[in-house]
Amino acid sequence: MIEILATGALSTVQDLGRFGVLRYGVGTSGAMDDLALAIGNILLGNDSNAAGIEVPILPFRVRFTTDADFALTGADCEATLDGQPVPPWWCRHARQGQVLALGVPRSGARAYLSVAGGIDVEPVLGSRSTQMRGNFGGFEGRPLKKGDALKTALRQGELTPVSGISSSGFGVRPPQLGLPLTLSGSQEQIPVRVLPAGEYEGYTAQSLEAFWQQPWQVTPQSDRYGYRLEGPGLQAARPMEMRSHGIVPGVIQVPHSGQPIIQLRDAQPSGGYPKVGTVIEADLWRLGQARIGQSLRFIRVDHAQASAALEEKALYLAQLQQAVQMQRKIWNS
Amino acid sequence: MKPSTKLREIPSPTQPGSDAHALQISLLGAKAILFEAPGAMDLPQQRRIWDLAQRLADWPEVAEVVPGMANLMLVLRQPPSDIASVEGALRRAWEESVELHIEGRHLALDVIYGGEGGPHLADVVAHTGLSVDDIVQMHAAPLYTVYALGSHPGYCYLGGMDPRIATPRRKVPVVRLPGGSVSIGGEQTGVSASDGPSGWNTIGHTQMRFFDPRREPPAILAPGDTIRFNIAKVIK
Repeated sequence: MIEILATGALSTVQDLGRFGVLRYGVGTSGAMDDLALAIGNILLGNDSNAAGIEVPILPFRVRFTTDADFALTGADCEATLDGQPVPPWWCRHARQGQVLALGVPRSGARAYLSVAGGIDVEPVLGSRSTQMRGNFGGFEGRPLKKGDALKTALRQGELTPVSGISSSGFGVRPPQLGLPLTLSGSQEQIPVRVLPAGEYEGYTAQSLEAFWQQPWQVTPQSDRYGYRLEGPGLQAARPMEMRSHGIVPGVIQVPHSGQPIIQLRDAQPSGGYPKVGTVIEADLWRLGQARIGQSLRFIRVDHAQASAALEEKALYLAQLQQAVQMQRKIWNS
Repeated sequence: MKPSTKLREIPSPTQPGSDAHALQISLLGAKAILFEAPGAMDLPQQRRIWDLAQRLADWPEVAEVVPGMANLMLVLRQPPSDIASVEGALRRAWEESVELHIEGRHLALDVIYGGEGGPHLADVVAHTGLSVDDIVQMHAAPLYTVYALGSHPGYCYLGGMDPRIATPRRKVPVVRLPGGSVSIGGEQTGVSASDGPSGWNTIGHTQMRFFDPRREPPAILAPGDTIRFNIAKVIK
């Protein structure tokens, strides 16, 4: 069990998402940085869809009320366990009573705390993710607050099912190194790959050129629902009236202002704004770590490239899992 | 290779000189495909969308079929290796589709129009130039059909509103409206299923729980069901 000692307003329990219920109006929810959550679960030998805690705002402190293995992935946020530094992308053992504190992130926007076995909340419609509109899933259908006690999927007194984590623990390289995506000329901007969508050709050639060439800043009106961007703007060649239709996380909608909004995990699962493109599923994790004020750059890809990117991500995770299992064998032998 | 936006060159509603909606098939990332039916957004067309949804749900590679308003989103389990063949199959399935008549359930909802639960009734009056009584009568007259679900858990897109009371969406969305809000957005009307933000004009309120995540299915209403609004009270 873990007890929340301090948290910002928007820490939530998330797994990889709620799928197959879009036709009831239920969006996916799920971790904004799905790769970080997946790596946390790999480090702990958890089920690949085990739930963790997504922490977007600090401070965040928890007390382990039982012995537990845990992993910290995502944003690098100067974490300490009873004052001892815990590196990012790391898993280790915590003893009963120890306090884990997350500091101000040096990079990235969201940290993920995973525990051996996963956070034990009841799955609703097939997922443990928190659904904000309608308030279900996750922990009581709401963000976490001080005093909340979360069960882990292990019974009291039991250690991790895979065990083999030394007290100092071990870690992996950040995925930015394993799945690099770089853009010549800028270290500051975050590149993400975009597949053009239905109304792409409805925008002027000049504004589309700027869409690909110019940076788009993530404005303060950005959260799990969507990122509102500020940039050169998109000009429609003529007004476009859309009928409400299903959308997926990553869809870039363009309201009348011409300043796009990337719909994300908590977005409505349907929309009526014209769509210029979709940030490919394989790159949603990069968006999940984009901070307010940072700028994005869009890289145009076609369907084959978007598919290949998804395969590349799956392969990366499979190889990481293999390496982690190997590491455990060495310890246990 | 030049990345293509549309899977095939199809006259699009955005092209100059075409005022009708044309059939369009487009990509939403690597795994989702949006099919937009040509022509009107009316009940006969929507019945073909429901039929298409049933046909596609049987395809083994399909993860989910999501009907919209005269359109449908297809979510596949894996990115298709041959996108053109999926598009061809989708087009054939549409050509074969027929009007599916669903004997859905019928719901009568008591609505209190105006007052605290209908804060934007005056804006609809201002936009349409009609009286409160006319608006309420026109809103409560039709038998509405649930075309599709979307927006938020349990929310129903309804077809059949009288176009005379159509009112544009609000410039600034309202941050929090209670569940059960009856509102008008453009030429559509609907009832919110839970508390949340809305850009529509709320004209009334009804007591109804449209969604229960622990129920199977979780949404009370489904495409093909019908709703009639009863005028419980009009607060001026």
